[in-house]
Amino acid sequence: MHVLTLRINGDCLKVAAPAHWTLLEVLRYELGLTGSKQGCDKGDCGACTVLVDGKPRLSCLVLGSLAEGYEITTIEGLMPAHLCAGGEGADPVQDAFDRCGALQCGFCQPGMMLSARALLNENPSPTRSEINQALSGNLCRCTGYTQILQAVESCVADAVGEDR
Amino acid sequence: MLRLPAFELAQPETIEAACALFAEHGERAMIVAGGTDLLPNLKHELYDIDVVIALAGIPALDDIEMQGHGLSIGAMTPLARVAASPDVRSHAPALAQAASLVAGPQHRTMGTLGGNVMLDTRCQWINQSHFWRQALGYCLKKDGSVCHVVEGGKKCVAAASNDSAPALMSLGAKLVFTTTDAERSLPIEDLWVSDGIYNKSSKPGEILTRIVVPLSDSRHRGAYGKLRDRGSIDFPLLGCAVRLDLDDEGIISDCDLVMVALQARPTRVKKIAESLNGVRIGTPEFEAAVEEVARRAHKQCKPLDNIPGDMDYRRRMIPVYVRRTLLAAAEGGGPVHHI
Ligand SMILES: Cc1cc2nc3c(=O)[nH]c(=O)nc-3n(C[C@H](O)[C@H](O)[C@H](O)COP(=O)(O)OP(=O)(O)OC[C@H]3O[C@@H](n4cnc5c(N)ncnc54)[C@H](O)[C@@H]3O)c2cc1C
Ligand code: SF4
Ligand code: FES
Ligand code: FES
Repeated sequence: MHVLTLRINGDCLKVAAPAHWTLLEVLRYELGLTGSKQGCDKGDCGACTVLVDGKPRLSCLVLGSLAEGYEITTIEGLMPAHLCAGGEGADPVQDAFDRCGALQCGFCQPGMMLSARALLNENPSPTRSEINQALSGNLCRCTGYTQILQAVESCVADAVGEDR
Repeated sequence: MLRLPAFELAQPETIEAACALFAEHGERAMIVAGGTDLLPNLKHELYDIDVVIALAGIPALDDIEMQGHGLSIGAMTPLARVAASPDVRSHAPALAQAASLVAGPQHRTMGTLGGNVMLDTRCQWINQSHFWRQALGYCLKKDGSVCHVVEGGKKCVAAASNDSAPALMSLGAKLVFTTTDAERSLPIEDLWVSDGIYNKSSKPGEILTRIVVPLSDSRHRGAYGKLRDRGSIDFPLLGCAVRLDLDDEGIISDCDLVMVALQARPTRVKKIAESLNGVRIGTPEFEAAVEEVARRAHKQCKPLDNIPGDMDYRRRMIPVYVRRTLLAAAEGGGPVHHI
C-alpha cells in the first residue's frame, strides 16, 4: 500500500492504494467518486476521462501514484467549479446536454462532458470539425452523436450570446 | 473490469537512477512512459514482471530541440506536442502527420513519442484478455507453442503498428539509448528485427532517451497516409510514410517509402528510386512513376491475418494509399486518411 496525496476537484486528499491501482480504481473504489465510468478499462472508450491539469486523460490508463501533483477534475467537480467561479446552477455543458437530450443510457456522459468542457476552456468558439476532433476519443453507443454535437454547439451559441 | 497484476512502481527522478533500476531488475522490469500501450498489455497479462519504472518524474526528457545536426526530440514528449510543433511540421512533416493520427486526443496527450517507437507488436489473437487467450489456446508470443495466423508457423508475425515508425524510418532518424554506463546512437533501421515476440534489437536495461531527426531543407517533402476503420482511436490497418527530396528545379533527387501494420517490422518498399529519382513532380511522367511505385508496393507488401481487417481489402488498399500519399507529399499536403 502507498499513501497517495491527490488533488481532486479542489480538495487535497490522502488515500491508501496498492501501486498497481489505476487512478480510475482509486477514484471509484477508494474515494467513492463513481461518476468516472469503467467501460472498457483498456483505453478504447473514453468513459473514464478525467481532466488532469485541464487536459482530458483516460484514468483507466493512469497509475494512481502518477496522478500525484496534478489537479484532477472529475464529473463530480464540474458543477462545484462552476459555482466557485461565480456561476449559477450546473456547468453550462451539463445544462446543454440536458436541454438537448444528448444522452440515452448516460454511460459516456461524464467523459463526454469533461472533454467538451476542456475544449471550451481552450477554445470558446470551436467549429463543428473542432468539436468532432475534441470528442473523437469518447465513444457513445446510444445517441448517434448528433445531439451531443448540438449540445456543445448550443453551449457555444449561449456563450457568444452572453458576450454580446 | 480489467485489473492490473500486482507490481512495484519505481519513480526515479534522474535518468541515471532509472538506468540503475532497469539494470538491477533486467527482464523483470519494464518502463512506463504514457502507459497507453503498457497498461492494456499488462491488464491482458502479456508480461511477467515485478517492477514498473516510470519516466514521468525525470525532467528534460520531454522537449523538442533544434540542434546543429538535427531535431532532437525527448522520448517523453507527448505525441500531441510532436504533432503541433512548428519545427517538426516544417522539417519532418510525415512525423508530425503520423503523430496527429495516432489513436484519439486523450492518447495523444498521454502517449509519448518514445513509447510509440517502443510500442509492442499487435495481433488480433494476442491483444485480448487472459481468459480469452486461454479459451482459444495460447500462442507463440505468450505461453503457447502455435501461431494462429500462420498454420504450422514457428515464428510470431504480430504486426508493428506504430504510426511514427515508418515516418521516422523514411526520415533516417537515429535513436539514443542510455544505460548505466553508456549511451549509443542507433539508426532506427537497426532497431527492428523480424520477430513479433519482440521486434526490437534493444535489450532490457536500455532506455530510449532521444529521437534525432536529421534536418532537411525547404525542398524536403513528406507525408503520412493511414487506413483505419474509424477516424479516431483505431490502430493502423495500414500506414504509409513518404519522403521526397527535390532539387532546385523540383526534380526528385532522393526518396523513400516505408509501410507499417504488415509484419513484425516496418517494411521499406524497395526500388522506388528507380521509378522516382530524376522525375520532376507535377508532370505526367511523375504520375506514371507514382503508378509504377504503387504497383511495386502492391507486389512487395502482403498483409497477413495478424491484425483485424480483411487482409485482401488491406492489400487492395496498398496501391491506393501509396498513390495518394505520394501525390500529397509532392504537393506539400497530407495527411492522407479517410475523414
Ligand atoms: C485505443 C488505443 C488506440 C491506439 N491507437 C494507436 C494508433 O493508432 N497508432 C499507434 O501508433 N499507437 C496507438 N495506440 C498505442 C499507444 O497509445 C501509442 O503508441 C503511444 O504512443 C504509446 O506511448 P506511451 O508513452 O503511452 O507508451 P507506454 O505504454 O508507456 O510504453 C509502450 C512500450 O514502450 C516501452 N517504453 C516506453 N518508453 C520507453 C523508453 N523511453 N525506453 C524504453 N522503452 C520504453 C514500454 O515499456 C512499453 O513496452 C493506441 C492505444 C490505445 C489504447
Ligand atoms: S502472430 Fe501468431 S504467435 Fe504472434 S501473436 Fe499472433 S497468433 Fe500469436
Ligand atoms: S474505461 Fe478507460 S477508456 Fe474505456
Ligand atoms: S448515452 Fe449511452 S453510451 Fe452514450
